[in-house]
Amino acid sequence: MLLVLLALCLLWMSTARADDAAPLPVDFPGLVAALPQADFAAKQAIVTRMTELHVPQARVLLAAWLDNRLESRRSDGKVFVVEEHDGTLVLVDPFDGKGAGEGAADDFERVRSNNALRKLLKVSIAQFDLKDPDPRVRAAAVRQMRRDLDEDTVTALRAALTQEKDGRAQHEIRVALAVSDLGAGDAAVRLAAVRALDGETAADVYNALKPLAQDSGTESDASMRAAAIGAVRHIEVWRNFYEALETLFFGLSLGSVLVLAAIGLAITFGVMGVINMAHGELMMLGAYTAYVMQQLMPHHVGAALLLSVPAAFLVSGLAGVAIERTVVRYLYGRPLETLLATFGLSLIMQQLVRSVFSPLNRSVATPEWMSGLWQVNDLFSLTWNRVYILVFSLVVFLLLVLILNRTPLGLKVRAVAQNRGMARAMGVRTERVDALTFGLGSGIAGVAGVALSQLTNVGPNLGQSYIVDSFMVVVFGGVGNLWGTLISGMGLGVVNKLLEPYAGAVIAKILVLVFLIMFIQRRPRGLFPQKGRAAEGT
Amino acid sequence: MIRIMRLGQVRHAAPAAASGGDFGGRVFYAVLLAAALLVPLLNLAVPESSALHLSTYTVTLLGKYMSYALLAIAVDLVWGYCGILTLGHTAFFALGGYAMGMYMMRQIGSRGVYGDPLLPDFMVFLNWKALPWYWHGFDSFAFALPMILLAPGLLALAFGWFAFRSRVTGVYLSIITQALTYALMLAFFRNEMGFGGNNGLTDFKDLLGFDLHRDSTRVGLFLVSAGALGLGYAACRHIAASRFGRVVQAIRDAESRTRFIGYRVENYKLWLFVFSAVLAGIAGALYVPQVGIINPGEFAPINSIEVVIWVAVGGRNTLYGAVLGAVLVNFAKTWLTAALPEVWLYALGALFVVVTVFLPQGIVGFLRQRLGAGS
Repeated sequence: MLLVLLALCLLWMSTARADDAAPLPVDFPGLVAALPQADFAAKQAIVTRMTELHVPQARVLLAAWLDNRLESRRSDGKVFVVEEHDGTLVLVDPFDGKGAGEGAADDFERVRSNNALRKLLKVSIAQFDLKDPDPRVRAAAVRQMRRDLDEDTVTALRAALTQEKDGRAQHEIRVALAVSDLGAGDAAVRLAAVRALDGETAADVYNALKPLAQDSGTESDASMRAAAIGAVRHIEVWRNFYEALETLFFGLSLGSVLVLAAIGLAITFGVMGVINMAHGELMMLGAYTAYVMQQLMPHHVGAALLLSVPAAFLVSGLAGVAIERTVVRYLYGRPLETLLATFGLSLIMQQLVRSVFSPLNRSVATPEWMSGLWQVNDLFSLTWNRVYILVFSLVVFLLLVLILNRTPLGLKVRAVAQNRGMARAMGVRTERVDALTFGLGSGIAGVAGVALSQLTNVGPNLGQSYIVDSFMVVVFGGVGNLWGTLISGMGLGVVNKLLEPYAGAVIAKILVLVFLIMFIQRRPRGLFPQKGRAAEGT
Repeated sequence: MIRIMRLGQVRHAAPAAASGGDFGGRVFYAVLLAAALLVPLLNLAVPESSALHLSTYTVTLLGKYMSYALLAIAVDLVWGYCGILTLGHTAFFALGGYAMGMYMMRQIGSRGVYGDPLLPDFMVFLNWKALPWYWHGFDSFAFALPMILLAPGLLALAFGWFAFRSRVTGVYLSIITQALTYALMLAFFRNEMGFGGNNGLTDFKDLLGFDLHRDSTRVGLFLVSAGALGLGYAACRHIAASRFGRVVQAIRDAESRTRFIGYRVENYKLWLFVFSAVLAGIAGALYVPQVGIINPGEFAPINSIEVVIWVAVGGRNTLYGAVLGAVLVNFAKTWLTAALPEVWLYALGALFVVVTVFLPQGIVGFLRQRLGAGS
């Protein structure tokens, strides 16, 4: 019994002594627990040890530390990764990465760092990433490190290069080392670095090379400068290429919005000859449908958006049928009167929305899969929402073409558009076809509104801003010609964006409008005029 | 042979409108004359305590209606008589207004907030050093007055020259007139244009030496507006009744036939359009000193469409109907936007629908029908 007590006593003493003499616990939890009491020297040792241990959670903890987001609780000394929101700290457990409630900022003490420690943290984090099993993460880590190179990171990179098996990651490391070599004292090393960087396109490489290529720049060696100029020029060529590509994409993106807005008009105006000034407001209805759907399903943003496409088609389509049945049908053959009456309807619809939803703009959330960037390469990235809307507009367009050309309804619509009397004589119920056609065009306006809700805020004036543009698109493309609408919408979008860098957004828009006014005067029937007898009747 | 007979049939509507126009025209002149006599009297001669006193606010309001009525006549002339549905007439209205505004801006002189003797306040604010070339000359009314006529007139000439020669008609013309005013609106919103950008031109002090804040100046402006309306009406009436006007109405009813008979349709349309634009410019020039501001919002396409609805409400193709519509709709607007602001757009929207569907000839047409049925 005494022996046991003695043994326990010794054991206790030995562990107590271990705390003093052996400063480092061996495992990650122990290291974390030791952090709050450690002095800077001890902290450095802890960081080094954590890096050696290579526990995945350590990376998160170190990154948080570097961000000054690591705090220890005063009451029990527990360490948490925190996020501050208005004086309260949202706690995350560093071991399992799960939330651990909240706490008042006063109850916590920051785990401090100094400059030397921060440097060590950076290198340490990079080393974590450099050992990540995923080569893409490794490559990304190198790219991240490249922005802020110093001796320690370079040493770490050199060490990583010997271990690296993946070609792409290897390449990234070599680029990073070359960027660092640009500042080397030895001219030959610098020259080799410039040569190695020739063909790279990333912005930081460009920024590193640019001063060397300038006359008044830092580089004195002539051959070296020539090489730098060559490398810079290569980057610039690619930059220009991708800038052009980006402009093209922005143009197509704007064009896709124009096409979406105009394509419904192409039906009501182009096929039926009805000037529907309320078209923009039907789009607005669609956008509000998306908003309402999202209010109904707040936790399923993506599903709400997908469902709002058919919902908006129904809402706007039914509104369109109602407009046709109550107003437009009395005005066939009097296009100018239709214009006025539907304009009146648009005012009513705007005010109605203002009364129901308030005049304030509403925002419709973007689902995760539609937000963010699609980074194609160093110089070229696209926003996902614009990519989706571009694709969406093409899908809607093709569906519409299919409906008009391959369905019985489409057949009747075309028949009535070409010769109302004859279609009637053949047994087509023209009144019904009119209502359905108008509903189809209006429904597509609603669908366009859903797309717009992803680009701008939803407000009562949403539609107004598109009405002039969409009429221009239809007329420019040639009334009654869907393909013409597609080409003119995309074309006008691209032209607009091409002009923007030179003239500014507003002037570009004015120029396009003036161009359209002139064009319509030269060729009143648009790019692709309808041929045959249907075109003659005015 | 048959074609000629049918042409005669189409044209038979015009004399009927002209004969009915005499009575309506007489009423118009009488009301205008009465207003021109009574308004100054009630404002200046009747003491403020009296129930009959007309406030200066009302006088200015009436003056504003007068300039709107002149604009409505201009629109009726091209729409009612020639079938050109212009959705861009406020572009000409606003250009006339800007020309007048530029003159009044220069008149402010060193009394502006920044006290610069040459540059208007907004230019000082934008750090401009010199007056843009197109602002030169606007310090004299002798230069500004022709500009009020020329700016809208030349724009209409250039626009109409292209549009009518290439035979842009109907809806297409409506859409490009709308695009025209839309483009101008975007342009005038830019600070770099040198027209005050977003805020436009405002803070006017006086006009031809008359203090704009004095009651007598307000009454004077009202009288000038009423006079311009009367003269504009007479001129339009004269044009409509002339040989030129007959051809114009023939163009409205059967453009191709008129062309085949041998008339240069585009020239008739062009000169009518230019005259109408000048009239709209004058209306704008009268409007600006009374409301005290001109900004790019005046170019907004919706304003142009609103003018068209004034004409439609009153009854197009009559001229006095346009005046009636302009005054009635604007009175309703003044009253409703103050009393029930949220109802105004419903009312305006409903007006568009009801008039086009149920009253294609407007109030005048409705009254004429009722009177015709009664007699």
